[in-house]
Amino acid sequence: MSPPLTVRDQGEESNVSLVASSASANSTCQSSPGLKEHYYMGLSDCSSAESYVISNLSKEKDTNLNLKATELRLGIPGSPSPDRDLEISVSSSELAEKPFFPLLPVKDGFFSTLPKTVVSGNKRVFSDAMDGFRELKSSAYGDGNWTFPTSGSEKETAKVQGKISANLGVNAILSSRSLPNSAAKPVSIKEQPVASSTLLKEMMSSKVLQDGPHTLNNTNHDQMPTNNNGNAPAAKAQLVGWPPVRSFRKNALATTSKNNDEVDGKPGSALFVKVSMDGAPYLRKVDLKTYCNYLELCSALEKMFSCFTIGQYGSHGAPGRDILSESKLKDLLHGSEYVLTYEDKDGDWMLVGDVPWE
Amino acid sequence: MMYFPEEVLEHVFDFLSSHRDRNAASLVCKSWFKVERWSRHKVFIGNCYAITPERLIKRFPKVRSLSLKGKPHFADFNLVPHEWGGFVLPWIEAMAKSYPGLEELRLKRMVVSDESLELLSRAFPNFKALVLVSCEGFTTDGLASIAANCRFLRELDLQENDVDDHRGHWLCRFPDSCTSLVSLNFACLKGEVNLGALERLVARCPNLRSLRLNRSVPAEILCKILVKAPQLMDLGAGSCILVPRSDSFTKLTSAFLNCASVKSLSGFWEVTPRCLPAVYPICSKLTSLNLSYAPAIQGNDLIKLIRHCQKLQRLWVLDCIGDKGLAVVASTCKELQELRVFPSDPYVGGNAGVTEEGLVSVSIGCPKLHSLLYFCQQMTNAALTTVAKNCPRFTRFRLCILDPKRPDHMTSQPLDEGFGAIVQSCKDLRRLSLSGLLTDQVFLYIGMYAERLEMLSIAFAGDSDKGMLYVLNGCKNLRKLEIRDCPFGDDALLTDVGKYETMRSLWMSSCDVTIRGCKVLAEKMPRLNVEIINDKDLIEETPDDNQKVEKMYVYRTLDGPRKDAPEFVWTM
Repeated sequence: MSPPLTVRDQGEESNVSLVASSASANSTCQSSPGLKEHYYMGLSDCSSAESYVISNLSKEKDTNLNLKATELRLGIPGSPSPDRDLEISVSSSELAEKPFFPLLPVKDGFFSTLPKTVVSGNKRVFSDAMDGFRELKSSAYGDGNWTFPTSGSEKETAKVQGKISANLGVNAILSSRSLPNSAAKPVSIKEQPVASSTLLKEMMSSKVLQDGPHTLNNTNHDQMPTNNNGNAPAAKAQLVGWPPVRSFRKNALATTSKNNDEVDGKPGSALFVKVSMDGAPYLRKVDLKTYCNYLELCSALEKMFSCFTIGQYGSHGAPGRDILSESKLKDLLHGSEYVLTYEDKDGDWMLVGDVPWE
Repeated sequence: MMYFPEEVLEHVFDFLSSHRDRNAASLVCKSWFKVERWSRHKVFIGNCYAITPERLIKRFPKVRSLSLKGKPHFADFNLVPHEWGGFVLPWIEAMAKSYPGLEELRLKRMVVSDESLELLSRAFPNFKALVLVSCEGFTTDGLASIAANCRFLRELDLQENDVDDHRGHWLCRFPDSCTSLVSLNFACLKGEVNLGALERLVARCPNLRSLRLNRSVPAEILCKILVKAPQLMDLGAGSCILVPRSDSFTKLTSAFLNCASVKSLSGFWEVTPRCLPAVYPICSKLTSLNLSYAPAIQGNDLIKLIRHCQKLQRLWVLDCIGDKGLAVVASTCKELQELRVFPSDPYVGGNAGVTEEGLVSVSIGCPKLHSLLYFCQQMTNAALTTVAKNCPRFTRFRLCILDPKRPDHMTSQPLDEGFGAIVQSCKDLRRLSLSGLLTDQVFLYIGMYAERLEMLSIAFAGDSDKGMLYVLNGCKNLRKLEIRDCPFGDDALLTDVGKYETMRSLWMSSCDVTIRGCKVLAEKMPRLNVEIINDKDLIEETPDDNQKVEKMYVYRTLDGPRKDAPEFVWTM
């Protein structure tokens, strides 16, 4: 196995390679001509990675105990469901051989939404990957306004990314360690893994969710007071003092819009991501923007999927059930045998109700 | 005539709270004049340059509460340069010598320096209430002096001021002994406040009824504050960024559940719309709701919230509520008296906003509506006529069609008939703002029917001097007239010069009035100040009398040209 290479080596964002894996447990590496090969091994023979992860473990153990059952990772392109079973019984050695999630090729400066959903688990040299990630992000973000679903400025986003690496590392270790103990199944957040192109398509679809409001936002941008100085609507000359709105109000709205733009492109839009749990009869969608950190996301996912688990880990017990009863899995809890699902364009069965009607 | 001892008269005058009633009483005879002036504690001065502080003090020796207004209304829209005037310092200096018992000061559109605030805080040991609306010139250091020195402060109300925020810990300057606060509004401040100090302050002021926070106060602190002050009646939330269904969200919801008295809600400078349900417990009691500074709350969330607010009397929103939302308002808020719909995107051609349909539905559903400020994309005569028929009780009707000179979008006619219907139907109309395509005809209607009209704002309207003359001749109660970008010239200005002494002020900008016209007016009416506000670049030139005046501000005054006018303001 080749030693891990980092995206940083590449120098240019557009050259990030696609690392796809086949269904086999062997670590293979596909590369398209013209793209450099990269091979990321999370818990491979990279001793530095291991020690990094392990040392993190002891630090992070306490805070992440409740994450142990949720292994978040991206699905492997090219692998149908059964392959994911492989991950259930993951042991460090197997992990070592397993290829990890791919980086998508960056096309035309279009940066995939991958980073957001890449709450991936156990398969990278995180700091390196994240660095490259950051590079990619900083270039493409100028255009696309893609930001992490957390609030704050660019600086904070970088911080969050740093956090990701820590969490990811820890998740990885914890999940791999705890899996034998837990009766819970790993949950993976996945974009459709069939091929890189469909993966991209999924990116597109979730981007589309944001694209609608996003493009609206772009046009609004031109007319928002924030961009007023440059971008007054072409057709109308600006009159001083018209419309008669108090300058305090104009400035206040401009500030608020600016803050919101930094956060998420358009206030009110949502970022929905599909979540699948192995063995569950249907998938769910979560709005990443309603969570501020991974802890919340994980606990929310836990609540969402706990009805599928045989036993409840942690000490949730009754309270967990109460909370759940308010959730969309009401039907299940009340004993109804049927829930309403629909099949989306990727062929997944989704629970009706996760995405707001509007 | 019966002789009443002065004590009796004074006691009777105590029941006269309105300025106009007191003014009228003071004109009856010398004795009444004398009793009235010694017993007057509250004075309202609509134009700070109409009289000098000394004159005020001479007539009313026992004033405890003063309200002052400075710059002309169009200063709100950047039409008046910052240094034009309206300084409060001379007033405070004069009152410091003569009104040791001063308790209240309310200022609007004035320049307030930190020095003024410092002096204010030290000169009046009994000072209780400071209300600043649309003022500027001060920083949080000035607020710190007020906090530190006014031992009996009950009210500190800052509305839409432009404050230089030094992020000093002005809130910490309230001493531990300050327990008298009833109203605290710092929503317009942009900087951070010391949250611990805020919590402690709220906790030790049991009479606190009104609290409006700024955007730096997060939801968690709001929650703690609500728990400590469940007696609040007027709440302005700061930021409300929360995760739906999280613990903090649940806590906030139960905190709101405990606030049985909140009748007025505002703020939400930043908010997670999906957390608005935390607020639902208090909605059914709300009489006043101001979400006009919360652009994060879009139409649907807004609608959901409003459905809970059946008792609403006052509603201020952004136009993202849409016609659809206004229909919901119409069906839910049957008690609605005042509606303001602001543009979320002040530039034309933005999002859909609201149209005449929204206004019509509200007029149908809310018969008690009497005060309106409505920014919309389009209007029709038919809609205005319908509104006039449905709501004959309007006292304030301000319509702003965002596109100047826009005609009726169905018939392409001017909107004369529509506004004509409004003034004809609404006999109590006191304030009117016009917009859209308008000819002299609308002014004819206004002159004929708007008998009670006191304030009229005109922009991009009219064809000739006749328009202005109709108004000046017809509206007997006119006090303030402000005109911009209309073809009214010297003839209109000079036909009835005596009229302006019956009014507080006249503003004309980008009209056809010339320097000569202003000079003639000033000459004929010595008790008017005729100010020409120049572009600062043009001061050097000596202009030709025939040159049109860019901005003219005329106001009656007892004390002649003001001494603090800057270079670019010429008093004719």
